[in-house]
Amino acid sequence: MKLKANEKMDVRNILSDLESYTPKRRGWAWREKVDNLKVGAFELKDCSPSLKNGIGIPAAKYFDNIDPQPNNTITTEIASGRFEDDIRRMRMAAWHGADHLMVIRTAGQSHFDGLIEGSPQGIGGVPITRKQVRAHRKACDLIEDEVGRPINYHSYVSGVAGPDIAVMFAEEGVNGAHQDPQYNVLYRNVNMVRSFIDAAESKKLMAWSDMAQIDGAHNANATAREAWKVMPELMVQHALNSIFSYKVGIKKENICLSTVPPTSAPAPCMKLDLPYAVALRDFFSEYKMRAQMNTKYITSSSREATVTHVMNMLISRLTSADIQSTITPDEGRNVPWHVYNIEACDTAKQTLVGMDSLMDMVELKTEGFLPEKVRELKERAVLFMEEILEADGYFEAVEKGFFVDSGYYPERNGDGIGRKQEGGVGAGAVYKREADYMAPVTAHYGDNNVEQYGGNAENPAELIGGSTLEVPSKIVYIDELDEVDNVNTRMEETEAYRNSNLVKPEVEWLADGTVQIEVFLPVEQRTAEFAAVEFAKKMNLVEPEVIHSEMMHPSEGTRVQLKGKVDFHIDLNDLVIPPKPEVMTDDEIRKFVDEHPFKIVAATVGEDEHSVGLREVIDIKHGGIEKFGMEVEYLGTSVPCEKLIDAAVELNADVILASTIISHDDIHYKNMKRLHELAIEKGIRDKVIICAGGTQVTPELAREQGMDEGFGKHDKGVNVATFFVKRKKELIESGQWEG
Amino acid sequence: MKGYLKRSDDFDKRREHLRNLSDEELKARFWELAGRVVDPMLELAKTHTTPSIERSVLLRMGFSSLEVKPLVDGAIDRGLMGHGVGHLVYRVSKDKNLSIREAGVQMIEGNHWDYLVETFKGGER
Repeated sequence: MKLKANEKMDVRNILSDLESYTPKRRGWAWREKVDNLKVGAFELKDCSPSLKNGIGIPAAKYFDNIDPQPNNTITTEIASGRFEDDIRRMRMAAWHGADHLMVIRTAGQSHFDGLIEGSPQGIGGVPITRKQVRAHRKACDLIEDEVGRPINYHSYVSGVAGPDIAVMFAEEGVNGAHQDPQYNVLYRNVNMVRSFIDAAESKKLMAWSDMAQIDGAHNANATAREAWKVMPELMVQHALNSIFSYKVGIKKENICLSTVPPTSAPAPCMKLDLPYAVALRDFFSEYKMRAQMNTKYITSSSREATVTHVMNMLISRLTSADIQSTITPDEGRNVPWHVYNIEACDTAKQTLVGMDSLMDMVELKTEGFLPEKVRELKERAVLFMEEILEADGYFEAVEKGFFVDSGYYPERNGDGIGRKQEGGVGAGAVYKREADYMAPVTAHYGDNNVEQYGGNAENPAELIGGSTLEVPSKIVYIDELDEVDNVNTRMEETEAYRNSNLVKPEVEWLADGTVQIEVFLPVEQRTAEFAAVEFAKKMNLVEPEVIHSEMMHPSEGTRVQLKGKVDFHIDLNDLVIPPKPEVMTDDEIRKFVDEHPFKIVAATVGEDEHSVGLREVIDIKHGGIEKFGMEVEYLGTSVPCEKLIDAAVELNADVILASTIISHDDIHYKNMKRLHELAIEKGIRDKVIICAGGTQVTPELAREQGMDEGFGKHDKGVNVATFFVKRKKELIESGQWEG
Repeated sequence: MKGYLKRSDDFDKRREHLRNLSDEELKARFWELAGRVVDPMLELAKTHTTPSIERSVLLRMGFSSLEVKPLVDGAIDRGLMGHGVGHLVYRVSKDKNLSIREAGVQMIEGNHWDYLVETFKGGER
């Protein structure tokens, strides 16, 4: 199976024959940084090879559609709860530059003691099962061929079933995972002794399959009362998981710190975040950085979240980020929607590429505030580590509430998260290995007496002729356990919309019908929110809900964003889509203009000062109509309609080109009508082609106002010139005009 | 309250012994201490096992997620966890001349456990 750009990915095809699918490859793939990479007209220093298939940021159209890819791996987090719909989002994200697809687990899986099977729907993520993982990896195998870059698939190895999940991930070719026993202990209240014992087994499996590991320290930042005070502890948490992992066998280049700039504006965040970032990269120079964005202070404003993301990436460029995570700008208001995953990937790409070569021009100070603060943070972290040892080790320290205390260490506020060594989920389930303890499998950690059966300690699985890691055919694949809660029933429900002529808006699931609207209401905030819901109801939106509101002024007005559902669809067969305008070649146009010279008068009409669009259509330097040899008399901006018509008469022009940008009260269409009527009055209407253009102009409506043609925001000089030539040809051929 | 320590920021006093370390020495100390914190936990992991570890061993031996639970529960009930559940299956397979899967499936059905208790508790190899 091979994907084609003009065809949707067939989810049913992905799901078929899954029982016999084995992943194409294993292990994490880093982007390759290329020095002095040529992309279009530019030379980039902090980028990686371009994609075979991809979509650049919107402004790429001004730069020959180049789409430079930063050297940083780009993460997108996917959490819709339906893996079959996530597959399509993965493909879109990969086209926009994501190569680390992180699939969030459903709420509560940490406490599920064993593997979940089948494809139940999740909440805030999918239940991570073999079927879903295999389907996702199969899709990624296709997508990476399509975009021409390895796609890293990632989820979580945590909770009380960590080793079970680690085996399944190793078998299924998962490329990266969160694994940090401290996360289990502090935030999931899993028994601490068991968590660390399990973690050693999980990490051994991750090492075997060459997975990248991401730790869980960023959660301390998100949990602490004042996130920036937890910085010394964050370094301790990073270090404990990193060194534990390394000693189990994961290579340092696959051990990634999940690091978050601890603060956000309106705090002077750079001043707090940058020294921390530098201290971390000094201490952890042998490890990798996964730069997460700050989520502690995220709100429902997608604009604000985007700015935070950009500021966080300035730190990534000033220091380093092997993986640049992207939190979707709608994370603060709902489970991320397709488009926001894409926005976040684009934001990362735009920002990181925009700051290419930054460090060739600036450097961080080696004297004064920055290095002093860096040193202080490091010393505080060392002191924290010392006190753990004084307290008789990690378990004792956790019992005493050392972690996630809101004090700036060594300050202590007595409000840390404490856990009991004998308590938590899974407590009492730890067993001492006897001298004859044995496990005849690959990637097993710790004492393993295979010698008693003549086995080889280097290859314990030899005793059974290889484990599933060597002999994947030994894996027992379970398709579904629940007859109702599975992908087949979900897909049947939306079947009418799958590869059919019926289409419905969608934000996360096929045909979910959800739309977002934005209103400004000239009333105070609370009133505005309730009024907005009434407007949405009258627009026939089902289940309208305010997702964001912002005061513009206490009494003058409020901005409200809402979501709701539409309960109807559109039949694509009923759509009337005008054919895409044909464009003549430059040579064809030039030849005609040579034989039939044009005289054009052009202006921005009415009270309109906007001239950029018209200049672009006219000027030779923007590829405008002048380049075809058309003679243009540009009259300027805010030209009255009368004056434009008079000029056409005076100059004996054969074309009038009016630009109308302002669309208040339909003034743009009123001006078109006026031009048409004035030309009739002056008796020149049949001697002149009249066209109007502007960002809000629709060709059909322009023609209704009497224009020969209207041009919208996508029309360029060549489209306009093509029309002039065709129209003049028509008029000559029909005998209305002289040749 | 939970009775955890409260303390004002005494960094200036507490850091005295670090003040004269170079940046490299400070970094080396950080990693040396981190290693000392995790070493006892790594030792614990070497010498202990858990139900999830044993399930993960059985998964690697070719049993499904549904099959591994009753096997581990059977071992816990009979006090045999310390020998390794994969070991128990291996031993039945070897001594009864069954494939690994046959041995495990028969154990899930309740067979061979008395034999295992006798074998491992009798101290016989």
